[in-house]
Amino acid sequence: MALLQTIQQMGQGLLGAAWLPVWTVVKILVIVLPIMGTVAYLTLAERKILGWMQVRPGPNRVGPWGLLQPLADGIKLLLKEVIIPANSSKYLFLAAPVLALAPALAAWAVIPFDDGMALADVNAGLLYILAITSLGVYGIIIAGWASNSKYAFLGALRSLAQIVSYELAMGFALVCVLLAAQSMNMGDIVRGQQSQYGLLGWYFIPLFPMFVVYFIAGVAETNRAPFDLAEDESVIVAGFHTEYSGMGFALFFLAEYANMILISALTSVMFLGGWLSPVPFLPNSIIWLLVKMSFFLFLFLWFRATFPRYRYDQLMRLGWKVFIPLTLIWVAVVAAWMQTPLWLW
Amino acid sequence: MNFETLVFYLFAAMSVFAALRVITVRNPVYAALFLVLAFFSMAGIWLLLEAEFLAITLVLVYVGAVMVLFLFVVMMLDVDLVQLREGFWRWFPFGVVLAAIMVFEMVMVLGARQTSETGVHLAKHAADYSNTKELGRLVYTDYVYPFELAAVLLLVAIVAAIALTLRRRKDVKSQNVAQQIAARREDNVRMVQMPAEKKGSVAGNQESEKA
Repeated sequence: MALLQTIQQMGQGLLGAAWLPVWTVVKILVIVLPIMGTVAYLTLAERKILGWMQVRPGPNRVGPWGLLQPLADGIKLLLKEVIIPANSSKYLFLAAPVLALAPALAAWAVIPFDDGMALADVNAGLLYILAITSLGVYGIIIAGWASNSKYAFLGALRSLAQIVSYELAMGFALVCVLLAAQSMNMGDIVRGQQSQYGLLGWYFIPLFPMFVVYFIAGVAETNRAPFDLAEDESVIVAGFHTEYSGMGFALFFLAEYANMILISALTSVMFLGGWLSPVPFLPNSIIWLLVKMSFFLFLFLWFRATFPRYRYDQLMRLGWKVFIPLTLIWVAVVAAWMQTPLWLW
Repeated sequence: MNFETLVFYLFAAMSVFAALRVITVRNPVYAALFLVLAFFSMAGIWLLLEAEFLAITLVLVYVGAVMVLFLFVVMMLDVDLVQLREGFWRWFPFGVVLAAIMVFEMVMVLGARQTSETGVHLAKHAADYSNTKELGRLVYTDYVYPFELAAVLLLVAIVAAIALTLRRRKDVKSQNVAQQIAARREDNVRMVQMPAEKKGSVAGNQESEKA
């Protein structure tokens, strides 16, 4: 901390008013670069874990235990030709992967990593998260339309209907969280879960149905198995990114994995007390947040290995007829519960 | 010119440009995307006005939901651009008159002394001021009746829209999920006792079937 302050003072002395943007860019890099690294190694973890669950070793040729595999994949994708399909709208086709990745990274601006450790500690943080994550769908629909391909378009339409449906359930689940925390500031939401009983103070206990709904809806939002109907390879080739090759495909891949990490971080912050320690005798630290996130990321991979893909009407039924009524009822339950002395959080 | 003014002019120029492109661009999908850009720049301007709740809600509701559905429809329509542009000159004078009336009305409203001189020099709020909290407090206390009335109106509109477009089909193949979940093994699986196969050739199998 003392070192950080010295750096701050030195920078201010050197650059004056221009120091603030420079320092902000440094902070952004400190957040984004580890996310990119995590994405790279999450792909390896996914292949390894899927392999072990299917009783096979997974990638183990590049580097020791296959540890350099993500690097090899990255270089391969970088060197591949970017093919632009005939009669596609070129600018939108090239803009779509960027539009998919940008919201997945921009949402990290308000995530608190530790007490007071967030890029932007804004009051409307939760609202910002909802707004930014709702923009991710543009990348997918623009990709589907601009590709001028049937499979891509079908994938985009599927993804669009799916994301719009599950966003409602996610939004209502978060309404319960902000009811409980009485704040939309992400830091305050975590601080509201602090108690002398450790993990008993976290919101996953009073909001347990919302916790489950939020994470499942998060899996659906990120188009992950068993809700990966947008790229349903047995039906529509590869869905919205059928026509993408090289870096275009890589950016979509990055966006999907960055979104997974984001959903894990959000679930940890909203329901599992972010940086808070589960037991009173251990100190709070960012390590707890990372442990909780790793658990949810593992769940993502576990789901993929064990569940068969949903049929489209089953997916819509789950979203509209199960999650949305459940969340609506739980909003009323929490609001009423909070008026009684039985509310302990 | 300070930084805030610079940002304002940037967003203002972007929203005017995007709004113009919405009506001049040929492809309806591009038009919808330019409308998204216009909403986005307006949200930026609202943020400068310290109305962060309205700004983020604009992005959340209009950009995140309404425009997505617009795009959904526009992308699936097979719009004939030539047909769309037919009769442009025939209706042009009418459009000009309509636009002139609207501009006149806007000038009357925005240029009037009562509206143009109030609220120009609003004091800046401190960093801990929560626009969302203030808005919520006002909406649920001073303006609770108009607010509830608007909510009921919207609800009626939703019910009416669904009732108008809902058509019941008789031959639809939907599954009864409760019934599926309630199914037991005994309902669907019949265990058949069969004598064990004897070791041997295919002919041996046929013999055992006879027996």
